[in-house]
Amino acid sequence: MFADYTSAELTAIFAMQGFAGLILFSVFVLMALGLAIIFGQMGVINMAHGEFMILGAYITYLTSQFFSSHLPSLFDGYFFVAMLLAFVVTAALGALVEWLMIRHLYKRPLDTLLATWGLSLILQQLYRTVFGAREVGVSLPDWLMGSYAITDIIEVPINGIFVMGLTIIITFGVYLTMQKSRLGKQTRAVVQNRAMAGAVGINTERVDRYTFALGCGIAGVAGSAFTMVGSTGPTAGQLYIVDTFLVVVFGGASSLLGTVASAFTISQAQSTMEFFLSGSMAKVLTLLTVVGILMLRPQGLFSLKVRR
Amino acid sequence: MQKLKTSGVSNLLRRRVLKGMMALPAAMLVSQLSFAASPSTAEVNTTGLAVTDDTVKVGILHSVTGTMAISETGSVQAEKLAIEQINAMGGVLGRKIEYIQEDGASDWPTFAEKSKKLLVKDKAAAVFGCWTSASRKAVLPVFEQYNGMLYYPTFYEGLEQSPNVIYTGQEATQQIIAGIDWVTKTKGAKSFFLLGSDYIWPRTSNKIARKHIEKLGLKVVGEEYYPLGHTQFNSVINKIKLKKPDVIYAIVVGGSNVAFYKQLKAAGIDMTKEKPLVLTISVTEDEILGIGGENIQGAYAAMKYFQSLTNTNNQEFVAAFKERWGDDIVIGDVTQAAYLGPWLWKAAVEKAGSFDIDKVRAASPNLELTTAPEGYVKVHENHHLWSKTRIGHAKADGQYEIVYETDELIEPNPFPEGYQ
Repeated sequence: MFADYTSAELTAIFAMQGFAGLILFSVFVLMALGLAIIFGQMGVINMAHGEFMILGAYITYLTSQFFSSHLPSLFDGYFFVAMLLAFVVTAALGALVEWLMIRHLYKRPLDTLLATWGLSLILQQLYRTVFGAREVGVSLPDWLMGSYAITDIIEVPINGIFVMGLTIIITFGVYLTMQKSRLGKQTRAVVQNRAMAGAVGINTERVDRYTFALGCGIAGVAGSAFTMVGSTGPTAGQLYIVDTFLVVVFGGASSLLGTVASAFTISQAQSTMEFFLSGSMAKVLTLLTVVGILMLRPQGLFSLKVRR
Repeated sequence: MQKLKTSGVSNLLRRRVLKGMMALPAAMLVSQLSFAASPSTAEVNTTGLAVTDDTVKVGILHSVTGTMAISETGSVQAEKLAIEQINAMGGVLGRKIEYIQEDGASDWPTFAEKSKKLLVKDKAAAVFGCWTSASRKAVLPVFEQYNGMLYYPTFYEGLEQSPNVIYTGQEATQQIIAGIDWVTKTKGAKSFFLLGSDYIWPRTSNKIARKHIEKLGLKVVGEEYYPLGHTQFNSVINKIKLKKPDVIYAIVVGGSNVAFYKQLKAAGIDMTKEKPLVLTISVTEDEILGIGGENIQGAYAAMKYFQSLTNTNNQEFVAAFKERWGDDIVIGDVTQAAYLGPWLWKAAVEKAGSFDIDKVRAASPNLELTTAPEGYVKVHENHHLWSKTRIGHAKADGQYEIVYETDELIEPNPFPEGYQ
């Protein structure tokens, strides 16, 4: 399998595939971070995660439409506005959903699966009604298109770099929020012992709502970023949900570091194998590997020791 | 009683005369009706289909929910438009068409169940529907068992022929061989990279493509498949860059297309430069809406229909379609093929003078449609259409500019020898 290529080509291949893997890694981390907060920290199985992402994508679409018809001179910068709006709106929807539905189900985690699955169907139908069944095209400002040519063969897509930068910023943001901020500390306290946290004066209901909203908001930003690489349609969220759960579960649900490590492992493995094997075969092997490791480590790569 | 028994012979005679006199005005009435309106229902429908003196019921069976709804919406709109236009012209054999619409919900068992409902319970005289090969394969045994008539609009992989299906889209050889011939002759292409989604249609189509490319003495430098809905094409794009093919032959389907073309463009492959050029048979104007014209500008597509066709049939069709369904709508290859369904059925029924499935089927071969938006089509003995293949060049506004069309109609050949 290596024999078809010269050594210079092989070097280029590994460089390119390494970078393709990094982009895939960024995408995985963006997909999974929001879910890691909701599923990992709160124990809520959110099947509507993909639909929250698509909401972010649709908001980006609406923003691009608005800018191109009303503020064409500012079109280059619309993406930042879109991401901010995506965060705010999906977080608000997340808070609403938590208040209406999720908070009644904290003691029955499996029921959250059914409830959020229903929610995902409702949202899909809503998107279909509002935006139509067809996919919408989100146009990008020119500066986000194209690529830097490093050598003849190696070219680096600009939007790939953008997604990577965004991932780094958001990951650090989430890390700081969970480790240093008041909300993060309270969240971790509530997760570890709800009754005790309540007893020391933490408003557990409010913490739940904010945490859930934060997870949804990150999904919205991820969806906004994915308009650069993927499709925006009513059912597009379904394309992400399996991979997202895979990343979170493999990493060890309760650990954010685990999510990052797992995204890295899966993306690099898949990206390298994709080059030398067929695309479908790479996926199968990746899944087999994940299943194998999960059999040895049922809690995932990184598991927190929590007293249950 | 006594009177009647006068004589056996005269009685018989009198009855004959009476019967004749009774029949005379009735016969006049019937012939008048057939001039003014329509032949009697008993005459045109001997098999108990849902036909009354004024109406005939047909079925529309597509997915309006689920993942395929994105694609099938256009077909439903086209079929409804054709039915409305036919009704405005007085219907079929003097009967207005009424449709019963069922939702296949992107789920093949549901398609089978709904087709059975349309045939057995609703007694539909014809059904217009399905999109994926999987849904067609699911309904096929139902249509054969209950003797229904299906008008199937999607271009597909071939290797099928049923007495109960009229295929109004192209089968694989019509699209693929003409497309590859064009790109080798006009663009001097020598090497190809085949890429597709991982299921039956792309795999069968690429098999035919590969056979044909190798028959021409040219090279396939790569062949790749990715799962449906795949959104990360960076690896395969790297591979393409390394192999430097003349042609990227891409038959990725659905939402994956959006990801593929956006990433292709972002990776610095400029499709307007013609090397490597992209040739596809799976991106219609519908898909471009999601991809964005600027992301696919410069790619070529081989199909039988593009919205930008300039013949008068098509101009009228596009205008009517936009008037009915909105100005910002686009019309792709399959939408046009779906529009042909009701018209072909009408022509077959009128030629047969009957709604009966067997007679409609017998009347179908050699039917011509001179009013088709794609120009002119003819039904082959094998239930596929003779059609032209055209090459469209994608423009930034999401439309194709037609750069080539075959001189002659291409004969459909669902079972190509040596290509299986």
